[in-house]
Amino acid sequence: MDEALKFHFVIDGDNFTSAGEASVEVKKKLRQLGFPPDVIRRVSIAMYEGEINMVIHARGGVADVLVYPDRIVIILEDHGPGIEDIDLAMQEGYSTAPDSVRALGFGAGMGLPNMKRYTEEMHIESTLGVGTTITMVVNVQ
Amino acid sequence: MKIREIVPLLEAEILCCEDELDVEVYNACGSDMMSDVLAFVKDQTALLTGLVNPQVIRTAMMVDMRCIVFVRGKHPTPEMIALAEENRIVLLSTGLRMYEACGRLYVSHLAKEG
Ligand SMILES: Nc1ncnc2c1ncn2[C@@H]1O[C@H](COP(=O)(O)OP(=O)(O)O)[C@@H](O)[C@H]1O
Ligand SMILES: [Mg+2]
Repeated sequence: MDEALKFHFVIDGDNFTSAGEASVEVKKKLRQLGFPPDVIRRVSIAMYEGEINMVIHARGGVADVLVYPDRIVIILEDHGPGIEDIDLAMQEGYSTAPDSVRALGFGAGMGLPNMKRYTEEMHIESTLGVGTTITMVVNVQ
Repeated sequence: MKIREIVPLLEAEILCCEDELDVEVYNACGSDMMSDVLAFVKDQTALLTGLVNPQVIRTAMMVDMRCIVFVRGKHPTPEMIALAEENRIVLLSTGLRMYEACGRLYVSHLAKEG
């Protein structure tokens, strides 16, 4: 495996307003590194949805982004409630978010499907009461 | 269509980035659910929304959108305006409701998103 550039972020679970700042930061870095706009957009949308999920469902967490010349790997880890049924959670429109979250513009049940849509690989590891780790890979074509 | 042309069509007020009004948008998307926007929207789309919080601006940033129209007379907070300003996103506000705002853009041949 070739050398990766690594970025680490702590996602504050108590602050909906700042959710997404890590994704914005990654977007800026990838732009500076000269990645194609389409790759940057896919990485930032996937990471942004994941970041929002960590804030609205899991009381925050950490994000690590590994940048290789040919791919970008995003790892989101939280110690929230975990996901009971991953296949169900992956379905478009499925959401356990309360109306208070929907009033903020999220909770349409499109987050995980979007993360899948914009990445080449996505793995979810989740244990109830322990937490969730989501790994996503975006290839640079 | 240039963002400039949207202003009179929607009788909109310009809230920031007046120097970006010549940017072209090719379609529009009306939604209060940000994941729906993230699912289908491309750059050069104008976003129409009744939602007011900083995630609206961040959603636009993620897909490189350049124009957000707040409907029903909604006004973004100073914090949102600063974020949009920094990212060169034009913010407009119209008193029209979502249905009419989208309808006016549609009949003036701004294509639908999709
Ligand atoms: N990090 C997470 N921790 C716990 N549950 C999660 C997490 N991410 C997603 N979920 C669960 O999966 C469901 C679907 O997620 P998503 O597709 O992003 O929709 P939404 O966030 O709009 O509810 C959520 O409603 C929630 O029940
Ligand atoms: Mg979500």
